Amino acid sequence: MPELGGLDCHNLALARGRHVVFRELNFEIAAGETLSVEGPNGAGKTSLLRLLAGFLEPLAGTVLVRLKAGPAVADAEERGRLVGWLGHQDGLKPQLTPAETLRFFASYHAKSCDVGAALGDVGLGRVQDLPVSFLSAGQKRRLALARLRLMQRPLWLLDEPLSALDAAGRKLAGELIGAHCAGGGMVIAATHEPLGLDCRRLALGA
Amino acid sequence: MIRRDIVLAGRAGGNATLALSFFAATVSLFPLGVGVNPSFLDRIAAGVIWVAAVLACLLSLDRLFQVDYEDGSLDLLALGPLSLEGVALSKILSHWLTTGLPLTAVSPLLALLYQLPASATVVLVASLALGTPAVSAIGAIGAGLTASVRRGGLILPLIVLPLLSPAVIFGAGAVLAALDHVSNGALPLLAAFSLAAMLLAPFAAAAALRLHLAA
Repeated sequence: MPELGGLDCHNLALARGRHVVFRELNFEIAAGETLSVEGPNGAGKTSLLRLLAGFLEPLAGTVLVRLKAGPAVADAEERGRLVGWLGHQDGLKPQLTPAETLRFFASYHAKSCDVGAALGDVGLGRVQDLPVSFLSAGQKRRLALARLRLMQRPLWLLDEPLSALDAAGRKLAGELIGAHCAGGGMVIAATHEPLGLDCRRLALGA
Repeated sequence: MIRRDIVLAGRAGGNATLALSFFAATVSLFPLGVGVNPSFLDRIAAGVIWVAAVLACLLSLDRLFQVDYEDGSLDLLALGPLSLEGVALSKILSHWLTTGLPLTAVSPLLALLYQLPASATVVLVASLALGTPAVSAIGAIGAGLTASVRRGGLILPLIVLPLLSPAVIFGAGAVLAALDHVSNGALPLLAAFSLAAMLLAPFAAAAALRLHLAA
């Protein structure tokens, strides 16, 4: 995992069709920090995350990821290779079991992974060989969190990470985010609910 | 990646067996409809089998990228170590392995229904083996374009079928030439068509997918 220095967004503007979602957005975060993106429905939280992941082109402005070693990353596709993505959809295949899911993503990302332990950590040890279609929404979210962790990407972009999770699941998500930051990673999360940890805030659509 | 898609195609809701049964059923139905006249049947065999093979492939092509687009997997695949072109190529290969290859494998059995001579059957199998990769590849372009379209399966044939006509012409043409004991060079042309499709389609499909990711 390449070590991050920080992320600078300068004068960002984004349009969807002819509608300007936000403009003149400036923020910086340093390695080890969590940024919570807040705002009402339709304020552009998901759009901002998709922009940072490189799916959407900004209308204006720059996104720069500084690395501890080597030149800063300005290219969107290269930035995408640093991103650990947790979308509002889980991106899971109902026909596969949780163990198969993690094994596939581990091999896709060329990471070794103790699947049993990774699933045990998120409380899915007992259902690891059931098809994902049998899992509840919260269990799927836990599986998506386990996958996020095993990909070992330094910049986590999380869209409503706490949705569908119970109290223990929320605590677990908070712990995973905290541990990721403690290891020098960065987290940007779009959320309506407090993440339960110290973080910087960015209000959209005010 | 390829292994995952093959596993998915084989599990419940997968398309592999569906396409194969559709192919076998359509091809077997034709002789019942047109009557049993051996000299006529062996001449339409290649055309019917080729058209049925293309339609059977189309059945499973419309969901090639759509499922991944709808459940959010495409975002994850796009951010993975493989480029979208690589993702598209592995999707094409796994589609061929689960559809084109089994169709090719059962085609000699179906050729029996049409009393196709052994020499022509060999050419038919060769033409399917060489040509069905082009069907998967060109179909993937259409599947990429219609990934976010509801009922995209209805538009997909309109985009893809005209582009696939060379494969049907060369494939069926090669078998007819074998029946007439002449050589018309259709098989090498089919191979060239397939190769070109396999080389270019991943780029076109990936470009189409980028449009959907940005939507």
